[in-house]
Amino acid sequence: MSAPVVEARGLGKVFGTGEAETEALRGIDLEIAEGDFVSLIGPSGCGKSTLLRLIGDLVSPTTGTLVVNGKEPRQSRLDRDYGIVFQSATLLDWRSVQKNVELPLEIMDFPDAERPTRAREMLDLVQLAGFADHHPWQLSGGMQQRVAIARALAFRPALLLMDEPFGALDEMTREAMQQEVLRVWGETGTSVVFVTHSIPEAVFLSTRVVVMSPRPGRISDEIMVDLPPKRDLDTREDPRYFELVIEVREALRRGESGSSGS
Amino acid sequence: MTERDDQIQETSITDVFASFEGDVPASGRRSSPARLVRRYLPAVFAFLAVLLVWEGLTRLFGVESFVLSKPSEILNSFSETSGLIWGAGMRTLFEAAGGFVIGTSLAVATSLAAAHWVGFRQGVLPLAIVLNATPIAALAPIFNNWFGLTNPFSKMAVVAVVVYFPVMINTTRGLLEVDPAELELMRSLAASPSEVTRRIRIPRALPYFFSSLKVASVLSLIAAIIAEYFGGPQDVLGQYIVNRAQLFQFPDAWAAILVASILGVVFYLLILAAERWLMPWHVSFRTSE
Repeated sequence: MSAPVVEARGLGKVFGTGEAETEALRGIDLEIAEGDFVSLIGPSGCGKSTLLRLIGDLVSPTTGTLVVNGKEPRQSRLDRDYGIVFQSATLLDWRSVQKNVELPLEIMDFPDAERPTRAREMLDLVQLAGFADHHPWQLSGGMQQRVAIARALAFRPALLLMDEPFGALDEMTREAMQQEVLRVWGETGTSVVFVTHSIPEAVFLSTRVVVMSPRPGRISDEIMVDLPPKRDLDTREDPRYFELVIEVREALRRGESGSSGS
Repeated sequence: MTERDDQIQETSITDVFASFEGDVPASGRRSSPARLVRRYLPAVFAFLAVLLVWEGLTRLFGVESFVLSKPSEILNSFSETSGLIWGAGMRTLFEAAGGFVIGTSLAVATSLAAAHWVGFRQGVLPLAIVLNATPIAALAPIFNNWFGLTNPFSKMAVVAVVVYFPVMINTTRGLLEVDPAELELMRSLAASPSEVTRRIRIPRALPYFFSSLKVASVLSLIAAIIAEYFGGPQDVLGQYIVNRAQLFQFPDAWAAILVASILGVVFYLLILAAERWLMPWHVSFRTSE
C-alpha cells in the first residue's frame, strides 16, 4: 500500500482570540489512502468543513501536523494536488461552460492547444458534452455542479475535495449526482474527501465514513462501508446499506450526547 | 436603471425553461420592432404631453419669454441657429469627452492600485473622499489660471476631477466586492494576485464601472458647461447661453440647453451600448422574449 494521501496527527484549529475564541477542531487523527472515498459527516459546528479547508490549505492549523500528498498542505496547494467543489458551483457568469472548465488550465499555463481538448474530455466525463457553449445561468443547479466537478478534475489532481456539493439540490437530482460522482471516481481513481450532513449520502458514496461531533469538533467514530464497490439503485435497497445507515446514525447520536455541551 | 428592471420583469418562466433546452443563443434574443414601439410609446407620449402642456400654459397665461420661453419659440430658434449651437455643442462635447477620458483613466488606475495594495487603499481612499466633498466647480477659476483661459484643457481638467470620484469609488468597490467563494477557488488553484484581478475582480467590477460611467457621462457635460461659465472662448455652449441670456434672447439660450441635453443623452446611450457589448453575460441583459 502506498503512502496516504492525507495524514493528520493531533490536528487542532482555533478561530479568533480571547473572548471570541472558538475551538473548531481538537485532536484530529486521520489517514486517507490513495483511491479512498472518505465522507466527513456530523452536525453543524463539528468542524467538518474546517477539516476539509485545512487539507486544502484554505485555513492553517493551530496545532498538530498535516501531510497532504506527502507534503506540507501549502506546498500541496501550490503544486495543485487537489481540486475542490463547493456547495455553490461558483461558476463565472461571463465564461461559457467550456471556458469555466478551462479556468484552472489557463491559470496553470497549459498549452493553448491542449486546453479545449482537456475541457471537452472533462465535459464528456460529467456528460455535459452538448453544453460546452452554454453559459452557467442557462443550466440547472445539478448541471452547474457537474461543471464544477469537471473544472475541479480538469488538471487531474490526486485528490478531490467536496464541501457539501449537493446540499442545495433536490433529492432526485441529488441521487443522480451521487451516481455521477461514483462513476467519475471509478473512472479517474482520484481520492475523494466528501463533506456532507446526509447519512444516506455518506453511506452510499463512501469506502469509509468519518463521524464527527461538535464543541470542540473531533472525530468520534469511523465506519468502514463494506458494500460492494459497484453501487446503484439496488444498493439503496440492500439490507446491509440500511444497517450501515443505522450504524452511522447511532454513531452520530453517541457523538452528540458525548460532547460536553455549553 | 429602470430599463434594466423592465427587462428582468419581462423574462418569463417559459424563457427560463426554453434556455434549459438550449434553443436560445447565449447572447439573448433581439427585441422585435413591434415590442420596441410598445415599450417606448409611453415615454414618447409623456414627452409630447409635457411639451403640449408647457406650450398651452405659457400661451394661456401669457408668460413672458424671459420667464419661460414657449417650446415653439425654442424649436424655432433651434432650427434657425442650428449651425451655431451645434458647433458650440461640439466644442463643449470635446471638452467633456476629453475630461471624461482623462478622469476615467486616472480613476481606473487608482482603483486597480487600491484593489492591489491594502496600504494604498487605507491611505489614499479616505483622502479621496475628503477631496470629493470639495465643490469641484469652484476649482474652475484656478484651472483657468493654471492652464490658460482659452486652453480647452482648463475645462477638461474640471471635467476630469468631477468624473474621477464617482468612477474611482464605484470601480474600487466593484473590484473589492467579490464573492469569497470565488477567491477561495482561486486560492485553491494557487492563482497569483494578478490572476485574481484579471480573471475575477475586473469582470466582477464591470457592472459597477459602467454604472459609474453612466453617471459620469452626464456629469461631464454639466461640468464642462459650468467651467465655461467662468470664462474662456465664446464659441462654446456655456458662454453662448450666458451671452444670449444677457441679451434677453431666452429662446436662443433654451435652444442651446436643448443641444446640451441631446448631447448628454447620446453620450449616455453610447456608454449603454458599450456596456452591452462588453458584458453580454450580465444578468440585466439576459434573454427577454
